[in-house]
Amino acid sequence: MSSKKPDIYGLMAEFEDPTALVAAAARAREAGFTRLDAFSPYPIEELHHALHTESTKLPALVLIGGLIGCAGGFGLQYWVSAIAYPVNVGGKPYFSWPAFIPVTFECTILAAALTAVLGMLALNGLPQPYHPVFNVPRFALASRNRFFLCIETADPKFDLDETRKFLETLEPREVTTVAD
Amino acid sequence: MAERPQSLDVPADPNVAIATVPTYPPVIAPGHTLGSVTDKISSIVLTKKTPAGWWIGFLAAFAIVNVLMVALTYLLFKGVGIWGINIPIGWGFAIVNFVWWIGIGHAGTLISAILLLLKQSWRTSINRFAEAMTLFAVACAGIFPLIHTGRPWLAIYWLFPYPNTMNIWPQFRSPLIWDVFAVSTYATVSALFWFVGLIPDLATLRDRSQSRTGRVVYGMLAMGWRGSAAHWHRYETAYLLLAGLATPLVVSVHTVVSFDFAIAIVPGWHTTIFPPYFVAGAIYSGFAMVLTLAIPIRAIYGLEDFITMRHLQNMAKVMLVTGLIVAYGYATEAFVAWYSADKFEIFVPFNRATGPYAFSYWSLILCNVLIPQVLWFKKVRTNVPVLFVVSLIVNTGMWLERFVIVVTSLHRDFLPSAWGMYSPTIWDWATFVGTIGLFLALLFLFLRFLPMISIAEMKTMVPESRVDEDLRVI
Repeated sequence: MSSKKPDIYGLMAEFEDPTALVAAAARAREAGFTRLDAFSPYPIEELHHALHTESTKLPALVLIGGLIGCAGGFGLQYWVSAIAYPVNVGGKPYFSWPAFIPVTFECTILAAALTAVLGMLALNGLPQPYHPVFNVPRFALASRNRFFLCIETADPKFDLDETRKFLETLEPREVTTVAD
Repeated sequence: MAERPQSLDVPADPNVAIATVPTYPPVIAPGHTLGSVTDKISSIVLTKKTPAGWWIGFLAAFAIVNVLMVALTYLLFKGVGIWGINIPIGWGFAIVNFVWWIGIGHAGTLISAILLLLKQSWRTSINRFAEAMTLFAVACAGIFPLIHTGRPWLAIYWLFPYPNTMNIWPQFRSPLIWDVFAVSTYATVSALFWFVGLIPDLATLRDRSQSRTGRVVYGMLAMGWRGSAAHWHRYETAYLLLAGLATPLVVSVHTVVSFDFAIAIVPGWHTTIFPPYFVAGAIYSGFAMVLTLAIPIRAIYGLEDFITMRHLQNMAKVMLVTGLIVAYGYATEAFVAWYSADKFEIFVPFNRATGPYAFSYWSLILCNVLIPQVLWFKKVRTNVPVLFVVSLIVNTGMWLERFVIVVTSLHRDFLPSAWGMYSPTIWDWATFVGTIGLFLALLFLFLRFLPMISIAEMKTMVPESRVDEDLRVI
């Protein structure tokens, strides 16, 4: 980072269709770039293959969240009904576990769903009020109909002129410098 | 999200296609591009000129919200005695309306979650406003049990487990407490699902808004979403997991609602058929409400390209199927009552059909069982005005069903000395009509300020969005 210009975040190439972006991302990976990201207005499955972003910890986190919700919900009902406030209801035992299943189920779903959403946001680093890619004026089209590939200066292979030349070979609409 | 529309897969030989593949109307009209989809849907929200029709609709709905406000204020001032409820019918309109609204909400979750898991690409253009419908319906539903407690601020300690100064805890063996957990979980998960779906669209609105307020507000709500590939990957994973979680949840919610009745020993309530019969009824009424809303919305906002005849026909078919399940439920209920050889149970269907509330019962059969049979005919399913009328009739029928279940079961239980009658007062009606106003007012606000169709998901329906075949091997 220190050897490069500190006021530049990276170089960004703009493409007009998803096929060009996927091809460019795959070529950039082949060329040895590791700190790069692609931006598209909708999810593109092929892009995940090209960029090797195929695994995520999220499902494991959601499972853990669900299990905590399940144990918490059941434990709460057991503690309330058998320990803290034992009430005889229709002669049922204090630990009448079948009656605790609906609430246990709802707590499982609630905790798992909260983990899925908060986990997704946390792993994505959102909310993030500022990000350098927004300094490129045309990047506003990334949420409409344009596709972008950004190679960061933090990449070990990054060289302002060489990387720009490389990006030009991918036939982008244009290549822009991203201010940090 | 990643599913591809079948209708766009054009076979190599058109003659073969005619011979083997039935022709369906498309899920999106031909000729649309990524840009045109974005512009069409976002322009409805970003326009500076609010349509006059929107003002008329919103103000009319808002006037009805004020009826609700008056009804609720008077209720809190006087107590539930202003309603028609009394022993033996302690559960009047409040519970009828609660079950009706919750049921309506269920179609939204069904469309957004279950149809997503089943890879039904036609859901894409209706899921967003169906989810909004769910949220607003649950909001209306939630009001009723709360106000039915009379003094809600004194009722919290038996609704939610929290350490209170009386050291009293909720009674977890009661289905009413299960209901609190089911409905609050349902409301939370529906809101999460809806909001997650909105994030990429909020980013689109942020990037396309011409006003500073728009950019700031949508920008904050979008939380810095930039469409990064790694983000999309986790986003899709989270969305699928939410769909997987919401699917059993939506079934559990109306099951638990039916437990409110089925766990009791009242004849007409104490029956094991209630959970599946309630869930089918919920989906039935929910799809009717989606049609009731979708038909005018697509006409007014000119969205026939996105909400096509394919959508309306599919929803009509779902209504027909769930309607038949509900009809089967009515038949089974009567059969089991007879088969039980219990004279109190046998009396229930007899009393429903010939007793003092026979009018409600036969209206329900007409609205829910007989009239919807016209949906067997393709001519009806493709006739938009008729479809609209049928959807209104089914909404009415499902409300009557809940009225019949709640009132006719309670008004004649075991001892004739405990029999009674129920008739709603003006305040019952004002509260009910008021929640319809609240529902519509919230819906109008949603249509004006948020994209009613998922922009990001609609883009995956456009042919231009696809990556060329030869690149997929990478």
